Amino acid sequence: MGQISLQGIQRSYGALKVLHGIDLEIADGEFVVLVGPSGCGKSTLLRLIAGLDSPTGGRISINGTDVTKVSAAARGLAMVFQSYALYPHMTVRQNLAFGLENIRLPKAEIESLTAEAARMLEIEAYLDRRPGQLSGGQKQRVAIGRAVVRNPTAFLLDEPLSNLDAELRISTRAEIAALHKRLATTMIYVTHDQIEAMTLADRFVVMRSGKIEQVGKPLDLYNHPANLFVAGFIGAPRMNLIETVISEVAAHSVTVTGPGGLAVAVPVDGSALKAGDRVTLGVRPHDLAASEDKGMAVNVSLVEALGPETVVHAAMADGQKLVAVLSGQGARSSSGNLRFSMEGAKLHLFDSQGQRVPDLQDSNR
Amino acid sequence: MSGVASFLTRRRGGKAWHWTDIVTWVWLIGGLVIMFGPAIWLTASSFKSPAQLAEFPPTVLPYVNKQVTVEGHEKPLNLFTVKMADGTTRQLAEVRRIGIVAQMIDPANPGEVIKINIAERVPVRELGLATENYVTPLQQNDFLLYLRNSVFVTFAATIITLLTNSMAAFALSKYKFPGRDLVLLIIVGTLMVPLSVVLVPLYSVVNAVGLFDSLWGIILPTVATPTGVFLLRQYMLTIPDELLDAARMDNATEWQIYWRIVLPLAAPALAVLAIFSVVWRWNDFLWPLVVLSRKELYTLQVGLNTYAGELNVQWHYILAMTVVTMIPVVLVFVFLQKFITSGIAGSGLK
Repeated sequence: MGQISLQGIQRSYGALKVLHGIDLEIADGEFVVLVGPSGCGKSTLLRLIAGLDSPTGGRISINGTDVTKVSAAARGLAMVFQSYALYPHMTVRQNLAFGLENIRLPKAEIESLTAEAARMLEIEAYLDRRPGQLSGGQKQRVAIGRAVVRNPTAFLLDEPLSNLDAELRISTRAEIAALHKRLATTMIYVTHDQIEAMTLADRFVVMRSGKIEQVGKPLDLYNHPANLFVAGFIGAPRMNLIETVISEVAAHSVTVTGPGGLAVAVPVDGSALKAGDRVTLGVRPHDLAASEDKGMAVNVSLVEALGPETVVHAAMADGQKLVAVLSGQGARSSSGNLRFSMEGAKLHLFDSQGQRVPDLQDSNR
Repeated sequence: MSGVASFLTRRRGGKAWHWTDIVTWVWLIGGLVIMFGPAIWLTASSFKSPAQLAEFPPTVLPYVNKQVTVEGHEKPLNLFTVKMADGTTRQLAEVRRIGIVAQMIDPANPGEVIKINIAERVPVRELGLATENYVTPLQQNDFLLYLRNSVFVTFAATIITLLTNSMAAFALSKYKFPGRDLVLLIIVGTLMVPLSVVLVPLYSVVNAVGLFDSLWGIILPTVATPTGVFLLRQYMLTIPDELLDAARMDNATEWQIYWRIVLPLAAPALAVLAIFSVVWRWNDFLWPLVVLSRKELYTLQVGLNTYAGELNVQWHYILAMTVVTMIPVVLVFVFLQKFITSGIAGSGLK
């Protein structure tokens, strides 16, 4: 069982408020990823859950028990640190056993538990080495092993892959996913890497400046970002956000116009909007298509041919920058003028407050 | 060997001598003489007899009178070069001396006794060690007891110093509490107060708690060293907090974190402090002199002082026992100099 519930968690350091009331329910066995730009409070939140720090307000409960005032050790959680935090003066075996020795397990049991964890993570070969003699990937495995060996109610992982090189990161990511599948233990994972977040998460928590911006399944967040921040944060390259004006509000769509002949009908529920309102149109770079005659005229400034796709950097007539990812190796090798067309159904519309204009309800279709 | 030779003969000017080569040699040799000269002279002189110490001009190396065993005499006899009345010189052994006249015999012809004016003879000397300078104090004058006291004081004080200072440093480096910086400032501030300023009040305190004239009276007041706390704190600041957090997640108590994580990781700094503490406590003189009054509690440094009386200074014993007291400190420096230099570099203290 590893059900964790956060209610109105606040944390401030002196006058500086870092977390402004976080509410989050994490179900048993769930893989929750906290993402957000650096300084958004996600690591602080993780430390609060771990019990390494205590909140200035709010309640943390694990499996229905209030643990807000309970020490880190007594919460039964395990944490994997960004720097691995392996004890440098102990061998890998001693590192794994340290936590078990502290709860005074019998020697034989410690031995069998460490052996099992070592086998699971394939670190048996270097059990007698010290962390200084291990590579980054091996250290990472040991750090995870140290968490696994204690059979915790939940794992807390604080940017565990950020010190690995790109290749190792991909393989370790897959291993963490496999580990979660096998153990079926709750995992809370902090990262600022959205690819990690997208691939690992059952549920995705986007944070900004100490607040939760949106919670949901990864693809839901990608397809229906709740606000401009989430829209801009998720997806690489970033979503293009174009300042436009509403020209017409119809029953099942809102038409926006912009410079360069931009005029597109977005199928959203525009009942709260009226013609003339300033709105932001969100277009994912992959949803832009090059076109000879129709669409919005842009001035191409840079073309990056990556092989399977071509990234086009362009500017609109009023200077707003756009990035488009066109599939294939189209002959767009030079700068100049071009037209982009887009499909209304794949667009996102945000009102002047930066909130998503509600999608059409099924009944309205 | 050729490597050493080419290193020693290397010159800045290539084949020719550059003036900096000469300055360097003069400087280095001068430094060697200034630094090692006294130590070597001390060691050499510690093997001289009192008479030889009083000699002028002094010799660097210790000499003893050459002795021969002569038939019919139990003890070996001192050998002298004697200028005979006929102008020849002979080597004769002294049997006894009465006033300025010595009765001497030829070792080859022990039957004949020759009377010689002592002005006419010069002792035959050879390089030799007056080991009784060492043997007598160690066997008869309680110096082994002083040595034991010194070793006890040094080790007890060092262990307590390491323990208490590392605890203080742990708290000051790894916990946040109000007034932490003030506490550190006060601790470091005490560095500016020399012992002579607090000698009298400290004596009153030690006397009041009943530690006067006991070895613990010299150990306890010295164990809390601001240098040690500061040095260890600076080192512990470099131990990442994440390690402590990891240990907390691993169910470690704060004591276990200190004992099993922080202390082993601070070993290099502890080694430095241990070296310093050994040297400090071993060389302590003033405070033990004040606290100790019973002779059987004297440490080496205080014991040495007993040879310097008001009327008579027993230089030969002082020199010999100074060498004895120097040995542990020299050994510490020889074998642990790597730690000492890193400690001085790391803390800016010595």
